[in-house]
Amino acid sequence: MFYRESGDFKTTYAKDTQTFPIKLDRMGYYTILAIAFVVIPTMLVMNVGGGANYWTNAILLPFLIWAIASIGLNILVGYCGQLSLGSGGFMAVGAYASYKLMTSFPDLSIFIIVLLSGAITAGVGILFGLPSLRIKGFYLAVATLAAQFFLVWMFNKVQWFYNYSASGQISAPTRSVFGFEVTGATASAEAKYLFCLVLLVGVAWVARNLTRGRIGRSWMAIRDMDIAAEIIGVAPLKTKLSAFGISSFFIGIAGALFFAVYLGAAEVGEAFGIQKSFLLLFMVIIGGLGSIFGSIIGAAFMVLMPVLLKNIMVGQLNWATDIAAHFEFVFVGALIIIFLILEPHGLAQLWRLLKEKLRLWPFPH
Amino acid sequence: MNATAESYVTEDGRTIGAPVMEMKNITLKFGGVTAISNISFDIREGEIRAIIGPNGAGKSSMLNVINGFYHPQEGEIWFHGEKRKPMKPYQIAQQGIARTFQNIALFKGMSTLDNIMTGRFTHMKTNMLMQAIWKGPAEREENLNRDIVEHVIDFLEIQAIRKTPVGRLPYGLQKRVELGRALAAQPKLLLLDEPMAGMNVEEKEDMSRFILDVNDEFGTTIALIEHDMGVVMDISDRVVVLDYGKKIGDGTPDEVRNNQDVIDAYLGVAHD
Repeated sequence: MFYRESGDFKTTYAKDTQTFPIKLDRMGYYTILAIAFVVIPTMLVMNVGGGANYWTNAILLPFLIWAIASIGLNILVGYCGQLSLGSGGFMAVGAYASYKLMTSFPDLSIFIIVLLSGAITAGVGILFGLPSLRIKGFYLAVATLAAQFFLVWMFNKVQWFYNYSASGQISAPTRSVFGFEVTGATASAEAKYLFCLVLLVGVAWVARNLTRGRIGRSWMAIRDMDIAAEIIGVAPLKTKLSAFGISSFFIGIAGALFFAVYLGAAEVGEAFGIQKSFLLLFMVIIGGLGSIFGSIIGAAFMVLMPVLLKNIMVGQLNWATDIAAHFEFVFVGALIIIFLILEPHGLAQLWRLLKEKLRLWPFPH
Repeated sequence: MNATAESYVTEDGRTIGAPVMEMKNITLKFGGVTAISNISFDIREGEIRAIIGPNGAGKSSMLNVINGFYHPQEGEIWFHGEKRKPMKPYQIAQQGIARTFQNIALFKGMSTLDNIMTGRFTHMKTNMLMQAIWKGPAEREENLNRDIVEHVIDFLEIQAIRKTPVGRLPYGLQKRVELGRALAAQPKLLLLDEPMAGMNVEEKEDMSRFILDVNDEFGTTIALIEHDMGVVMDISDRVVVLDYGKKIGDGTPDEVRNNQDVIDAYLGVAHD
């Protein structure tokens, strides 16, 4: 009823191409921002329900960080069509870069450290993107798989990366933004949450801007028909490498946050193994390839689903935890398969269809 | 018509200028197969130049040579009075050569508008940082180019399908969008590879009208490959005829029509 475009005439090209062309969408977007920036932090500070740390560590932080990584991978796979299984390795690059930067430059703001870690990861991503000019599809996936194993091996083998510590682990020292600690053991839940949220909003905004204009169209052109893209003047290698660079930049930021803010201490094989690459790819596919919103919703799905299943099986049905853990794999796996059969274009496409229907509701056509 | 003249005026009042592109003794081989052997011809500024010939004559190979997909073993290509060095296809696009494909090569996941906007790629210059910020130079540039694209959309009468994903469009419209994408680049030379293949009579008439209008209004030089002889003879200023990789005729439609070699190639001739 209220979800209408009719009567809402766009008189400039800028208005015609805005991110949320329908008024109700815009209002919804501002509402979500208000909840994310004001309501949730207030609840965390007041510790409503008594589980501020649990909510932050089990749901909020993983969701925000995986959403950043998911947007990154979606640019590469969904927008530019280059299949990558090296994301776990690239997250490790971001994590170790932030660790080295934090320990080498103790006075540097954590905000700048996270961005620099992203930039370093972008460089590594571009390097491993070089084969993409020659190989495509599954073969490129295998080449990026090499990056995954090589990077994990390198961070285990070269002791300089973990400052020669005996355990082989890296652990984040305490660093703060505007006087609020966001890393280390004493950092408060709301500070960590807000720090990651600001970065997610920033990443989503930049990703949307990049994908709506000249560069985004060149990525999609390479994805859809590389020969035709070339005939229009799109340089294939430069375009693919720019996608690898931007994608790795975001994934590197996510890796740095995952280690410094979320885990606090990490061992590369365990924290950034191949299963993380697959998890991220599932998020992108389930959320919807070629959609920023899809990346975020895909991350939410993959983070929330296991928590929800665990709460139902252990909390409500009183199953043993180990059985519940195994059933969790079965359920999530089955859900992914069912999903891909019913809606191969992901949750974003479902949302799009729902909006199509809403615009016409209560009429069928 | 005097072949050596710098420029001349056609019967319908269009001015045809000096050659913009000259192919000199082009030979293209794939292993032992000679696809094009020792072919020379030119394309003059402002004309509609048709390349015809039976299947396998080397027409599409010729376009691919002009585009830079194939690099000929022998011969020279002169563009705007300069000998062209071996280039990548995207560099040739930056010089102002656009084309459409025999089999539609649109970006299936994008809307009509985005497809045509992609055609503006070489004209858009803002760097990645400006794109990321969007507000300011990137948005201004986007809107300026959108204006040009909207003119193309008006010209091709496809306003109604502006936001439709091209995968959902019928074949004839897809061909039109592909022409729009090439036009949006405002090319100096437009190559059309069978723009009317698989179309019905009305669609062919529309497409012929668009090709003539493009040439007339924007003065775009057009080289086209087409199998429909009626259309070719009707709209082109000069025709070059290929057969088995060799040039067997070159001239006005009337000259070509009466050329004995061309008649033999198309109708077949008894070998004894």
